[in-house]
Amino acid sequence: MNNTQTHGGMSASSGADPSAPSHQYITFTIGEREFAVDIMAVREIRGWTATTKIPNAPRAILGVINLRGTIIPVLDLRASFGEELTVVTPAHVVIIVVIGARTAGILVDAVSDILTVGQDQLQDIPEVERQGRDAMVREVILVNQRLVGVLSLERLISQSQLELTDKVAI
Amino acid sequence: MADFSDFKATFFQECKELLENMEAGLMAMDGGEDVSSHIDAIFRAVHSVKGGAGAFGFNKLVEFAHVFETVLDQVRQGALDPGADVLQILLQAGDVLNDLVTMAESNAAVPDGYGQEVRAKLHELELRGQGGGDGDAPMEEFDDLDFMPVAATDLPDAGGEEPAPEAFDGIEFQPVPADATGLPSATGYRVSFAPRPELFRRSNEPLLLFRELRRLGTLTVACDVSALPDLNVLLADGAYLRWTLDLVSDCPIDQVREVFEFVEDDCDLKVEPLAADPGPMPAPPAPPVEARPIPATAPAPAARAVAAAAPVAEPVPAAAPSPAAESAKVPPKDSGEAQRKDEAAGGITIRVDLDRVDRVVDMVGELVIMQAMLRQAMGDLPRDGKYGALSRGLEQLFQISRELQESVMAIRAQPVRSVFQRMPRLVRELSNQTGKKARLVMQGEATEVDKTVTERLADPLTHMIRNALDHGIETPEERIAAGKPEEGVVHISAEHKGGRIIIQLTDDGRGINRERVRQKAIEKGLIAADAVLTDEETDALIFAPGFSTASTISNISGRGVGMDVVKRNVQDLGGRVTIRSTPGKGSTISLTLPLTLAVMDGMIVSSGAETFIVPISNIVECLRPKNGNVQQAGDGGDVLLLRGEVVPIQRLSQVFEIANARDTLADCVIVVVEVEGGSKLGIVVDELLGQQQVVVKSIEENYGTIPGIGAATIMGNGQVALILDVDAVGSAGRPANGRHIH
Repeated sequence: MNNTQTHGGMSASSGADPSAPSHQYITFTIGEREFAVDIMAVREIRGWTATTKIPNAPRAILGVINLRGTIIPVLDLRASFGEELTVVTPAHVVIIVVIGARTAGILVDAVSDILTVGQDQLQDIPEVERQGRDAMVREVILVNQRLVGVLSLERLISQSQLELTDKVAI
Repeated sequence: MADFSDFKATFFQECKELLENMEAGLMAMDGGEDVSSHIDAIFRAVHSVKGGAGAFGFNKLVEFAHVFETVLDQVRQGALDPGADVLQILLQAGDVLNDLVTMAESNAAVPDGYGQEVRAKLHELELRGQGGGDGDAPMEEFDDLDFMPVAATDLPDAGGEEPAPEAFDGIEFQPVPADATGLPSATGYRVSFAPRPELFRRSNEPLLLFRELRRLGTLTVACDVSALPDLNVLLADGAYLRWTLDLVSDCPIDQVREVFEFVEDDCDLKVEPLAADPGPMPAPPAPPVEARPIPATAPAPAARAVAAAAPVAEPVPAAAPSPAAESAKVPPKDSGEAQRKDEAAGGITIRVDLDRVDRVVDMVGELVIMQAMLRQAMGDLPRDGKYGALSRGLEQLFQISRELQESVMAIRAQPVRSVFQRMPRLVRELSNQTGKKARLVMQGEATEVDKTVTERLADPLTHMIRNALDHGIETPEERIAAGKPEEGVVHISAEHKGGRIIIQLTDDGRGINRERVRQKAIEKGLIAADAVLTDEETDALIFAPGFSTASTISNISGRGVGMDVVKRNVQDLGGRVTIRSTPGKGSTISLTLPLTLAVMDGMIVSSGAETFIVPISNIVECLRPKNGNVQQAGDGGDVLLLRGEVVPIQRLSQVFEIANARDTLADCVIVVVEVEGGSKLGIVVDELLGQQQVVVKSIEENYGTIPGIGAATIMGNGQVALILDVDAVGSAGRPANGRHIH
């Protein structure tokens, strides 16, 4: 419907484009860990609002919310890493991201920073180590002695059983 | 190239509208309305289709449109009396034209000889029109005429039988016998017109100017070709011709000047009053060329001769009908409103992508929800002091947003005419195929309903009309024997009632043969052999899947799909269908449909902590289970005994795995819904919370399909509520075994 600006963001989030010298990422926390998503894929950040549960949905799908007339699913990132469901408080935030033709919300503990990252600061994670949450993290950013995992939204979505294939932008 | 195909797309879109206008006009004439108020519009529509088709080189289309147009013109001129037989041919010609446009659009080759029959009939009419009026306009005269060297359009061979299509639709210099030059004494103007090359460079066309001029009165054109150089020195973009135009008219001189308003600077122009008695034409500036008067008023023999032979003959009435004049002619009757609407629409319309409108609809929906939230918040504030102005302002805002919502929905609304209009043709074709005589009467075509609904109405209506013609209306012999008029009448109407649209199709045929329906239903295992059915129940059997009573399978209906498809289509639209039949008198099928698919009536139900919406159109009834009317079925599931009918029941809490739902059936409510195939299902919920109109939102767009959920909506508190897909709920548990058992 309104998600045309997202393709640049998608390719960048997988860090495959060497011609882009630097990129901005939004970082957020899940517990003690820090992750990042490409800023181009982020549409907005909003506070937690109650979701409407979807019957027989995967555990990590918390339900759907009303985003100015559009109905979007909200995903508990912690749960989709295979951990327990987040106990939601008003302090939690939902990052609204655009993936292909879809819009979805990702529940995280808190948003922390915006990073401008050069291509040389991105490091691939070796294939063998990718498991659980790491399957959704392909690269890491090394900043100030911290390791920030770059979230692959496509993987997140496909692992969360939100089928991507049947979607056509309306 | 891309642009070109854009033009094409626009052309076809316009064609559709034009053809609809044409059809509407023809139908109105057929319905006995005044010919003069419609024929102009019909003629213009066909003419415009021809013009556009010529530009894109659809020759077959142009040819046919041309013949059609010629006959229409004769009707317009009064040369041809539009009796019933003529109208029939015109209607058929309209169908052929429609087909040709469709073929052109899909790039399909036009089959050889397509529409030839109708064309021959048109040709006959054409001859009749020529012969009908004055006998003193024989074609032969035409042969003797010499053509003037000025015409930019190439006139066809005078003797040619087949009028050739012509791409440029300019003015034609209508040759008349030389003795006709004796002009009546009248006032008028002599216009000397010498274009400069700039005029042509700015894409002006003298022919069009002359045609404009001719609207003012009788025009005599003389061209001075003396300045025309030899070919080898002729510049392609040079201007070598001068014209002397004598206009006999009593219009003010300003009107004459106005014609040349846009070319004034690019030509030498002189307009002077004519001498009271023009007498023989004074010699134009150089070698005199024979001047010929062009009749401005219609039925002059010459005009007709040309109309028959020249493809572009388009006699222009002295006063071009202005839109205002036209609407004045419209009789102030029932259809008057629709007519005016059409004309208003003809005035200023824009084409807008539906997506854009939908986006506005979405945003307005959002506004309405925000407003509900604001209102809630407002409730807590004192209405005086510093909040007074705020609350007044908000009240006004609410008012405006309500109006905005209505206006937006009105944008999407379309008259059902766009669907109804396809039906007359269907009736004509079916009557031809079946040898029955039937007339379609339409009423309330101007009734507006959301575009999504009109789009999906065509199929059910087509089935219903096929059914009426095939099973309802009798053959002429049968009808006469039954003391009815030979011609059957199928009546189709639309009206708004209680926020819904009701479409009724009535035929005055033989009605439903209940005995045969019953036999057939028993045969097909739809009912038990000893079932006791009321007349209504028997009639309703024709909507059962796989039911078809036609003893011989015709290619019109009777393939066993038909009325059950109608029912399905209508249910998908959130509507209901009922039938009423009187043996020997006919049947009436009524469709009750929502005005829009974007909004629907829903029953809000709860199960545990969750809230769901059940579409009202699916609900048959709601009840609290009483002692004994819920029993264990053989396969372990529960069934509801509903007045002798066994209805399987399904707990929503089980289907959707909802925690904390009520356990005891006696505390629950059973919502009985009708699912696919007409069987019933009881859905067990905790409570009914109320009934409300809800705005339907897609859930697939950002999430995907959810079994048992059709869509979602946003409630007044901004929360999302899910709308049940009752068919899927039914099939979620055990395979639905709910057949009617009587």
